Amino acid sequence: MRIAVCLKQVPDTEARLRVARDGRWIDEEDLPFVINESDEYALEEALKLAEKTAGEVVAFSLGPPRVREALRKALALGAASAVHLSDPAFQGGDALATGAALAAAIRRESFDLVLAGSQSDDLGAAATATAVAGELGWPHAWLVMGVELEEGRRSLRLVREMESGINEILRVALPAVVEVQAGINHPRYASLKGIMAAKKKPVAEPSPADLGLDPAAVGAAASRTEIVGVELPERAGAGVQLLAGDAPSAAVLLVEKLRKEARVIA
Amino acid sequence: MWIVLQHRDGQFHRGSWEAIAAGQKLARELGSAAEAILLGENLGALVSEAAGSALAALRVAESHALAVYTPGAYVSALASAIASAAPRVVLFPHTYQSTEYVPRLAQATGAALVTEAIAFSVEGPEIEWRRPVLGGKLHARVRARGQAPVLATLQSGAFSAEEREAGRAPVESFAVPGSTAPDREILGTEQAGGEMVDLSQAEVVVAVGRGVGGSDKFGPIEELARLLHAEIGASRPVIDSGWLPRDRQIGSSGQTVAPRLYLALGISGAIQHLVGMKGSSCVVAVNKDPSAPIFKIAHYGIVGDLHEVVPALVQALRGEAS
Repeated sequence: MRIAVCLKQVPDTEARLRVARDGRWIDEEDLPFVINESDEYALEEALKLAEKTAGEVVAFSLGPPRVREALRKALALGAASAVHLSDPAFQGGDALATGAALAAAIRRESFDLVLAGSQSDDLGAAATATAVAGELGWPHAWLVMGVELEEGRRSLRLVREMESGINEILRVALPAVVEVQAGINHPRYASLKGIMAAKKKPVAEPSPADLGLDPAAVGAAASRTEIVGVELPERAGAGVQLLAGDAPSAAVLLVEKLRKEARVIA
Repeated sequence: MWIVLQHRDGQFHRGSWEAIAAGQKLARELGSAAEAILLGENLGALVSEAAGSALAALRVAESHALAVYTPGAYVSALASAIASAAPRVVLFPHTYQSTEYVPRLAQATGAALVTEAIAFSVEGPEIEWRRPVLGGKLHARVRARGQAPVLATLQSGAFSAEEREAGRAPVESFAVPGSTAPDREILGTEQAGGEMVDLSQAEVVVAVGRGVGGSDKFGPIEELARLLHAEIGASRPVIDSGWLPRDRQIGSSGQTVAPRLYLALGISGAIQHLVGMKGSSCVVAVNKDPSAPIFKIAHYGIVGDLHEVVPALVQALRGEAS
């Protein structure tokens, strides 16, 4: 099977964030970036399927030059090649615009399956890979926790999480787009050999024109939504009493407050 | 403007009532009328239940293709309805189901998509939506560009179902396009994770987040829970990492708790988690990051490493007990 994996590079979830000067997004300077968590699981699922079927994995990502590092990691883990939509015209789009550009890049090659994470840890629209499916006209499933290739390799048996603790088992015909959730497998680590081999693997950087797209019809220019500002969530209620001091003294103070002030423990 | 209701096995998803309340409010502010949309088959009782709301219409489409949700049938039914009636805004409860198909509906109708909205404000002709980003550490204000309709999914708990205005909505049926080949075959359902621990009745909950760092770090946390007669719960990343079983998950995709005391250890406080615990009487947050949103709703907070604070709490509880 030939499998495309869509990866996003996002700020490390542990990182301290500062609102950028223009107030419209965060300040990216000195910010550590990683591969989006659920996308790492999508990559692992793709590598496993490719190994089982003597196929190959191609990693796709849209983003600025820093994204090259995420693609290098995917190559080190076993992807055969990568496609980086780095042209400035592609950037700043909403999920539907980004999905359309990724689909145009994916369409240039022949794939049996597109795998991606269910949601990014930064914008979190949970819509980009679904938009890829819509552009390609392929069936898709979101929040998938189990992927099994059926006999004949023409369909997948998927387990999809639904509300209230019920999972749905379904079959989709290939080609399809499958959006997996974090935790469904055990992502591998890159070997030294893999890291060395990655340096020789091809990374394509197509422009909008290479994909047959008008630069005015991609990225921010093509988006039907825009972020006009970001801010800290408003403080709700009376506010928090912060207990100062080192851990032992804060702990003693907290226990006293819980007993005598809040009266929630004996 | 429209509200698309969600139901399963003869019951409405609770987010449907929140969406109706939000839709009534938005319609008032826009000076327009709110209509609800119901898709399915043999909907009888659901129709009368939904019609008890103050709405300009309840539009119902019944078809065998809509008996069980599939993205293909839902997108096809709603896309043709949206194309003919051209609502300016369509609201959906933000659920696993709507998240799966609404982006394709936006593509099919040329609409703008806003997912997981937690608030809106109307300024002149414009609607500004607010949604959490970066795990809830920040809120983004989002606007649609141009004249396209807006499809918005509403985060559960962000709007109160109790504000829904009752009334009597006229019921109208509408036709959906003939069924095309289904995009998926439903093979069945299964219960996730077998036997469930019921956290909803717990008086005290010790909840751990990603900050706990690993499944080998639970010793002192278990000791603290034992001293407080507490159940242990967790936010989603802990479950996804396999550090605790899924029936310990608290939040929009897990259980809802309302204990007397809720200790949030290393939990940043994404809204998906907050909706599952906001009924707690007293909330204590321990987190290294002073800007973590959990501190916004906590009553007491300690900014520090939970691996230092938890053993200190165990000691404080023991020390004063002896």
